Amino acid sequence: MSTNTSLLQVKDLVLSFSGLHVIQGLSFSVAQGSIASLIGPNGAGKTSIFNCLTGFYRPDSGKIVFNDRSIMRLKPHRITRRGMARTFQNLRLFKSMTVLENVMSGMHCRSSAGALSAILHTPGQRKEEREIREFCEQCLEFVGIQDKTDWIASNLPYGDQRRVEWARALATKPRLLLLDEPAAGLNHTEKKELIRLIRRIRDELGITILLIEHDMGLVMQISEKITVIDYGQKIAEGQAEDIQNDPRVIEAYLGREDEEEE
Amino acid sequence: MAEQTQSPRGSKPIVQSVARWLAPQRNRIIVLAVLAVVAMVLPLAANNYMLEVLSNAWFYVVLCLGLNIVVGYAGLLDLGYAAFFAVGAYTTGILTSQFGVNFWLTIPVAVVCSMAAGIIIGGPTLRLRSDYLAIVTLGFGEIVRICARNLEITGGAGGLIGIERPHLFGLHLNQAIHFYYVFLALAVLACFCSYRLQHSRLGRAWQYVREDEDAAEAMGINRVGAKLYAYVIGAVFGGVAGCFFAAKMTAISPETFMFQQSVLILVGVVLGGMGKIPGVIIGAFALVLFPEVFREIGSMRMLVFAVVMLVIILYRPEGIWPAKRS
Repeated sequence: MSTNTSLLQVKDLVLSFSGLHVIQGLSFSVAQGSIASLIGPNGAGKTSIFNCLTGFYRPDSGKIVFNDRSIMRLKPHRITRRGMARTFQNLRLFKSMTVLENVMSGMHCRSSAGALSAILHTPGQRKEEREIREFCEQCLEFVGIQDKTDWIASNLPYGDQRRVEWARALATKPRLLLLDEPAAGLNHTEKKELIRLIRRIRDELGITILLIEHDMGLVMQISEKITVIDYGQKIAEGQAEDIQNDPRVIEAYLGREDEEEE
Repeated sequence: MAEQTQSPRGSKPIVQSVARWLAPQRNRIIVLAVLAVVAMVLPLAANNYMLEVLSNAWFYVVLCLGLNIVVGYAGLLDLGYAAFFAVGAYTTGILTSQFGVNFWLTIPVAVVCSMAAGIIIGGPTLRLRSDYLAIVTLGFGEIVRICARNLEITGGAGGLIGIERPHLFGLHLNQAIHFYYVFLALAVLACFCSYRLQHSRLGRAWQYVREDEDAAEAMGINRVGAKLYAYVIGAVFGGVAGCFFAAKMTAISPETFMFQQSVLILVGVVLGGMGKIPGVIIGAFALVLFPEVFREIGSMRMLVFAVVMLVIILYRPEGIWPAKRS
């Protein structure tokens, strides 16, 4: 893996909670402009990896290089500022705020007005507010809920709440978008739309995508590279066909087949 | 409040929704204009006692709006807000009575001092979750008061006397009616600043952090930074209010800044409705007027006040003022 093409590189990542090893020496990389997936049985440590990448967990050791700079032990908001955005497995919208206000949160780290300019309504502050609003409306349009800008987030149907999360993540102007189980709770048509949306985010916006997903059909269909994790370790890596035929992957999944949806 | 955003505004026919949107807006402006006229004309008909009480009410409006930024907007429980009020009052008191500095020049100094106090106390403690923060702020409030009581420069337990009353464009502010207008102007300024802050990038950041700290952090918002910002701005409101308090009273003593004072201000914020400017104003007025109205029943009035508080907390936990959104 050469440095100039991989946007994200993880090396020998170790994470433990009071002696319990959740991630054990994991290495993988995500190429610039690709759609990559992390899969693995329940409890394999996928979401923990996301939390390490985004700064919510502090790994014990290892290296995380994003955009040629280390982001180990940075605060989550700093990592977002560097260009990594995420969505949450269980929706984490600002429930009592409007859809637009939710999306505007993403633009916070790309704007700068302080208290004084807010009180005085300086021309710069007004311009910035206008730009924030316009960009966020574009993000909402991109995910297809521009007609629900003024809704209170918690009043939206589930599928639309997911879209708000994506729009919010897009509003941070990321280079890499981490999607934590984006298809969870979506019906068949919504999943199809999701696949289209993920491709559009990559193709039209040039944003690299790394996703965690349980829906194997979706993962196989969309991913250009799949990394399989079990017990916090990488057990296989490659394209969809390689993974499907890999004996270790089959073993890892068959061993707990009854717990899986697929 | 008329505007209930239960259903999407966009789904109604445009004309109808515009009409519905305009009506309360116009109503609101009319109501505001009437209130402004009443507030301006009232002192002409009031006696000195009423003026005193009303000035006090406006003064508490400023303090409550300041604390509202901390408690209402940023969702931080602060039990030592009187400390910032004390910092402002003592800055003005010390500079005018001991160094002969012009009152108006003490305001920027007080702003800087209260900001510094906000950063000193907020910097290390705002990483804590709210219950711990409440205890630390409580301690801080007491520390400031005890310092004021024991330091020589603050006049010890006797406090400071002979603080000069300011001149404004040649007018010596020395009558109750003058201070009524001074505090009214301060309250209007505080409302204005609160409103602008609430509807800004910063105000939204506070709301994000209040609603979901982790999600806010994931969206690139510096959680601790946003809280500190709220804390410092709240401190400035308190500090400036303190300056004018010192000028009005001409004497200050440490006992003005006791724990009860902090609690009282907090009660005003909670009573009216956290995070809502009209609510906080009503809360501040209730705080000041209630004991005055029920003065005849003597110390029993605090008991009645407590019962009213309990009833409100039990049946209207969101405060007197209704929530804008369901």
